[in-house]
Amino acid sequence: MSNKMHIKLKVNGKDEEFLAEPRELLIYTLRERLNITGPHIGCETSHCGACTVTIDGKSVKACTMFVAQASGKDITTIEGLGGPDDLHPLQTAFKEHHGLQCGYCTPGMITRAAKLLEENPNPTEDEIRFGMAGNICRCTGYQNIIKSIQAAAAEMNASKEAAE
Amino acid sequence: MKDEVTREDRVANLKGMGCSRKRVEDARFTQGKGNYVDDIKLDGMLFGDFVRSPYAHARIKSIDTSAALEVPGVLAVLTADDLRPLGLHWMPTLAGDKQMVLADGKVLFQGQEVAFVVAEDRYAAADGIELVEVDYEELPVIVDPFESLKSDVVLREDLVAEDGSIPAGAHGPRKHHNHIFTWEAGDKDTTDEVIANAEVVAEESMYYHRTHPCPLETCGCVASMDKVNGKLTLWGTFQAPHAIRTVVSLISGIEEHNIRVISPDIGGGFGNKVGAYPGYVCSVVASIVTGKPVKWIEDRMDNLMTTAFARDYWMKGQISATKEGKITGLKCHVTADHGGFDACADPTKFPAGFMNICTGSYDIPTAHLEVDGVYTNKAPGGVSYRCSFRVTEAVYFIERMIEVLAIKLNMDAAELRRINFIRKEQFPYTAALGWEYDSGDYHTAWDKALKAVDYDGLRAEQAQRVEDFKAGKTRKLMGIGLSFFTEIVGAGPVKNCDILGLGMFDSCEIRIHPTGSAIARLGTISQGQGHATTFAQILASEIGLPADSITIEEGDTDTAPYGLGTYGSRSTPVAGAATAMAGRKIRAKAQMIAAYLLEVHDNDVEFDVDRFVVKGAPEKFKTMKEIAFAAYNQAIPGIEPGLEAVSYYDPPNMTYPFGAYVCVMDIDVDTGVPEIRRFYALDDCGTRINPMIIEGQVHGGLTEALAVALGQEIAYDDMGNVKTGTLMDFFLPTAWEVPNYETDFTVTPSPHHPIGAKGVGESPHVGGVPCFSNAVQDAFRPFGNTHTNMPHDHWRIWRTANELGLHD
Repeated sequence: MSNKMHIKLKVNGKDEEFLAEPRELLIYTLRERLNITGPHIGCETSHCGACTVTIDGKSVKACTMFVAQASGKDITTIEGLGGPDDLHPLQTAFKEHHGLQCGYCTPGMITRAAKLLEENPNPTEDEIRFGMAGNICRCTGYQNIIKSIQAAAAEMNASKEAAE
Repeated sequence: MKDEVTREDRVANLKGMGCSRKRVEDARFTQGKGNYVDDIKLDGMLFGDFVRSPYAHARIKSIDTSAALEVPGVLAVLTADDLRPLGLHWMPTLAGDKQMVLADGKVLFQGQEVAFVVAEDRYAAADGIELVEVDYEELPVIVDPFESLKSDVVLREDLVAEDGSIPAGAHGPRKHHNHIFTWEAGDKDTTDEVIANAEVVAEESMYYHRTHPCPLETCGCVASMDKVNGKLTLWGTFQAPHAIRTVVSLISGIEEHNIRVISPDIGGGFGNKVGAYPGYVCSVVASIVTGKPVKWIEDRMDNLMTTAFARDYWMKGQISATKEGKITGLKCHVTADHGGFDACADPTKFPAGFMNICTGSYDIPTAHLEVDGVYTNKAPGGVSYRCSFRVTEAVYFIERMIEVLAIKLNMDAAELRRINFIRKEQFPYTAALGWEYDSGDYHTAWDKALKAVDYDGLRAEQAQRVEDFKAGKTRKLMGIGLSFFTEIVGAGPVKNCDILGLGMFDSCEIRIHPTGSAIARLGTISQGQGHATTFAQILASEIGLPADSITIEEGDTDTAPYGLGTYGSRSTPVAGAATAMAGRKIRAKAQMIAAYLLEVHDNDVEFDVDRFVVKGAPEKFKTMKEIAFAAYNQAIPGIEPGLEAVSYYDPPNMTYPFGAYVCVMDIDVDTGVPEIRRFYALDDCGTRINPMIIEGQVHGGLTEALAVALGQEIAYDDMGNVKTGTLMDFFLPTAWEVPNYETDFTVTPSPHHPIGAKGVGESPHVGGVPCFSNAVQDAFRPFGNTHTNMPHDHWRIWRTANELGLHD
């Protein structure tokens, strides 16, 4: 009998089904098996957040979760947030406010920020700093990341109001 | 109504120098479409990983790979014995030493590469690593460089002659079997004499601890040997792709034209990705052996434990002055801990980098520096972590010595700096340790900074705080950190700067397309600095085509002109200069084409923003777009078709950016927690190309400075075990710990740089570390503190408070 597990996932709206060893980490599944390379590996100890994805409405660090634990769940990565024709306001704001430099932390950073703004559409600067503390950036010193998130929040709230 | 395009519109349309152009890199990064080395996948690609030594010093009695080779998916296990026939079991280092690629009979530091397991995937490689059996015999461990110089234990038997004598090293005579070099600058006798006869002398010993650049992306590569065509392609996190190509050719014997090195997107470098590492060599060999592409990617622990530490300088200083505070002499001795191999990444003639910039921003008539490099059982490295070759150490040293002298003189440290600054009219200024500073206006910058923060007001508040503390009204002290730094960047003149014999020029090649857009390729490589954005701005201003119509490409040695890469803030000073010079060649040819088209003499047209106009008749002109097309569609007498140029730029001097920083900090003496209330940073990087990117660089550099000053270190125990091998223990500040910074600037262009730019990426780190440290030290100054060593983490700050009796 195979020691592989039967895994079913939904990633960025697409159903995936495969056999995987119990020890396979979710980040490995995403990057190596599914070729979703937006989430990155930075530390493999849950500290840096470069691998952040959203699983069933929660921010999760994919480097320390087994894919078996994610079976049956709905996963969104940076690729699922927006693309060339439908950019997420955060993707626009990070460019507009120079919220990135080398870009390595950016997918995790934006994925986490999107979740943060969903939970708290009007965060204070301190709430953003606290809410983003699980994502490390080595380049920017965070100041422009905070600015980007604030700008995206304002933009999202304005378009929500306009729609109402 | 007429819709006239004004000259201002035309300037704005170029998005040239001086504007905050948004970055062209960001679209792919924000959408998860960056292409980093670990994103590369090739058919049949294998994965290699290391068996690493758990011991810091041990002899290897045997290595048994048989069980590992039984693991499904494991294809090969390389050891030093496999590399020896190829002559690749050792490799040269950038510092003139050599380093084991795989452990050759012994290991010299914990984490050292012992065997390379090649497998079908990472899991199989990890399984294989578990089953490689290495029989070690432990040897005495030396982690203290002072002890190392006294010890009978020989760390590097390969550097001792058979008769027991100590042959000279790459940098001259060696005093002991664990000694690497002595390097001197300045006039020892005069300095000794000045200090012996001085009215006031302050002395201090300080340890600039070992730390690590720790970019978020670790080091890695993919090697692919195409045996059919005999071509090797090597993708990797290389800050100097061309230098890597030459090194690979020299050590492998593969002809250089058969090697293509590609640096894809790089997830931060900060010096970590300058050197050549065993992983690169093993991947290349494994690809040759297996005939398949082989990927090697460090995990975080590998990264922190083995590739490229920074600092680890024990510095002893003496500074002399008159009673009025005029500095008369400076003496510095450094004991430099280089670990098991001397793999420092410095220009060949500078084994201690540019540590001889340690006279700082001050007019110090006499100085002497001596550096002793020492082997210990620690990882090799000694890279410039966000600085230009040991400038961080130099600036920390002088900015601490100034503070210590101020205490001795009972003088305000801001005033002491002011009366000793090199004056504006003294530039170009030749310092006592040899460098010629290109330009500066320190007094203006300092006064602007002190005024911006209301320095006198801060000192008054601080004095009140001390009163309140003594009266039991508060448990928080206030520290005012000052620093004024001068960097030396843009290495450098080929006459004195080379790496492995390669002169440190840099390059740019431009091709203008017929329809008036362009591609430019450079010998540098961005790791987040935004080269694709800013170099296009330089060109836009130089050649009059919009930055948005110019593609910048770097990092592929098959297409980019030869250059020495990106580190030491050299991209703008050197490759940026090459870009401007190549642009000027384009413009010179365009001028001739324009004159032909306008039917006037070459000298009768002049460049204006985006066109050549007939002098005195501005309505007669040809735009650069028109000229570009003409270059391809007309037979112009005496002019070759096409519009291309290349420039290899050898800078006549380094550039010397400077800045004035002030940090205001509240320190809780009971918890040791520092709270940064304010940080003001004034930078003068000469001509400013993109203010938005400059500001971003300053924020980032300051944050890396905060990290180093307030907690980040690579620590070892007495057995040579690395105590800070993961991000649990190695401090990287989060958004929660980092303040908002206030940035400011003055502009003092470099007189020798074609556009007057000096470089900025590393300044905030260089100036930031002493500023944060000085703030902590200053808070305790009223209670008798003169100096405590970094990193000032909560525990050490608490201990300082405790030792000063503030908990009694």
